Amino acid sequence: MSLTAAPVDIRSTDYLIEARDVVFDFGETPALRGANVSIREGEILAVMGPSGSGKSTLLHCLAGILAPKHGEIRFSGQRVDTLGDNERSALRRDSFGFVFQFGQLVPELTAEENVALPLLLGGLRRNDALGRAREWFERLGIDGLERRRSGELSGGQAQRVALARGLVANPKVLFADEPTGSLDSLTGELVMELLVTAARQAGTTVVLVTHEPRVAAYAGREVIVRDGLVSSLVPDTRAP
Amino acid sequence: MSVPLTLLGLLEREPSHGYDLKRDYDTYFGRSKPLPFGQVYATLARLSRDGKVAPGEVEPGDGPDRKRYAITPVGKQEFETWLAEPVEPEPHLQTVLFAKVVLALMLGRSAEQYLDTQRAAHLQRMRELTELKRQDSLIDALLADHGLFHLEADLRWIDMTAARLPSLAMEVVS
Repeated sequence: MSLTAAPVDIRSTDYLIEARDVVFDFGETPALRGANVSIREGEILAVMGPSGSGKSTLLHCLAGILAPKHGEIRFSGQRVDTLGDNERSALRRDSFGFVFQFGQLVPELTAEENVALPLLLGGLRRNDALGRAREWFERLGIDGLERRRSGELSGGQAQRVALARGLVANPKVLFADEPTGSLDSLTGELVMELLVTAARQAGTTVVLVTHEPRVAAYAGREVIVRDGLVSSLVPDTRAP
Repeated sequence: MSVPLTLLGLLEREPSHGYDLKRDYDTYFGRSKPLPFGQVYATLARLSRDGKVAPGEVEPGDGPDRKRYAITPVGKQEFETWLAEPVEPEPHLQTVLFAKVVLALMLGRSAEQYLDTQRAAHLQRMRELTELKRQDSLIDALLADHGLFHLEADLRWIDMTAARLPSLAMEVVS
């Protein structure tokens, strides 16, 4: 596998997200060494791999949080890696949702304000944004917690608030990085059940980073990241 | 655990006497249950009858163990097929998968590939059980959970084994 960027001509729009020969280094440490992955619209893909294999870095590159050193990333056929910081921020805000391991709620805001945040950043009026945010509390079984701050929520409650925040703006893609990593088995299952149900209903594509097979089993397909490269356990033979 | 297939794998390294096969079988696969000599020769006789191994010339000397057996193309094909196919993804597969990993390393093949094939089969079964759990029956969910936790334990063993392949290779090849 080449460590430098080979010029790859991708014109296909069969996939919602495509990464080709993606290289990313943290200083002197290589994290991705030519990673390739293609994700279909509506697919729930689990990205597995040992600690330090590069799976979270891959997610950050796919989501436009990190810009790869070499290689190409496309979303709906458009290059993401060549966008400037502002354009990538706009893409993340308008098309992507995020759930991280520890929720990462803003502690100064109430739960409903946290959920409304992507809508407020997108320019929706406060009352409209809060109204749409509140709909998610009942849907995810956390109604009654709207006015609490993150310090007043259990881990499972906070993660459901984070899930609501990730989905409230109806994103094309939900990026979930170890979304159950800080939860006990039963609560983790509840969060995954809610995540998968909501994503399937809305046709949201999900990129799910996890090292837990029981979490990966909620996905339709899995890839494994090893030493900065992506391998599929079984060939993806379905027609795009 | 299939004794005939394991013996075929050991024979693929080089033609061997029954005694050598028993010694290697017991070293790697029969630690808690050594293979009786009678079973070694009975198995070799059956494999020979079915055209999967071929006995060599009787060698001069004492004792019953004076034939060296070699694997035939038919035997080789059967062994290859067995090695490449995943074990039925039910819990407690370690003995068979362990044998496949050790034999693959002995023969210089990619054991990682076999582990990946097994990993995919296990994850597919876990997906089926997870879907079953989502059908709203608590009884089904509890039964599915039992399978999921055991399959997960196997997967952890597969991960650990994959991480230890280089050291294991040194142990079984030397």
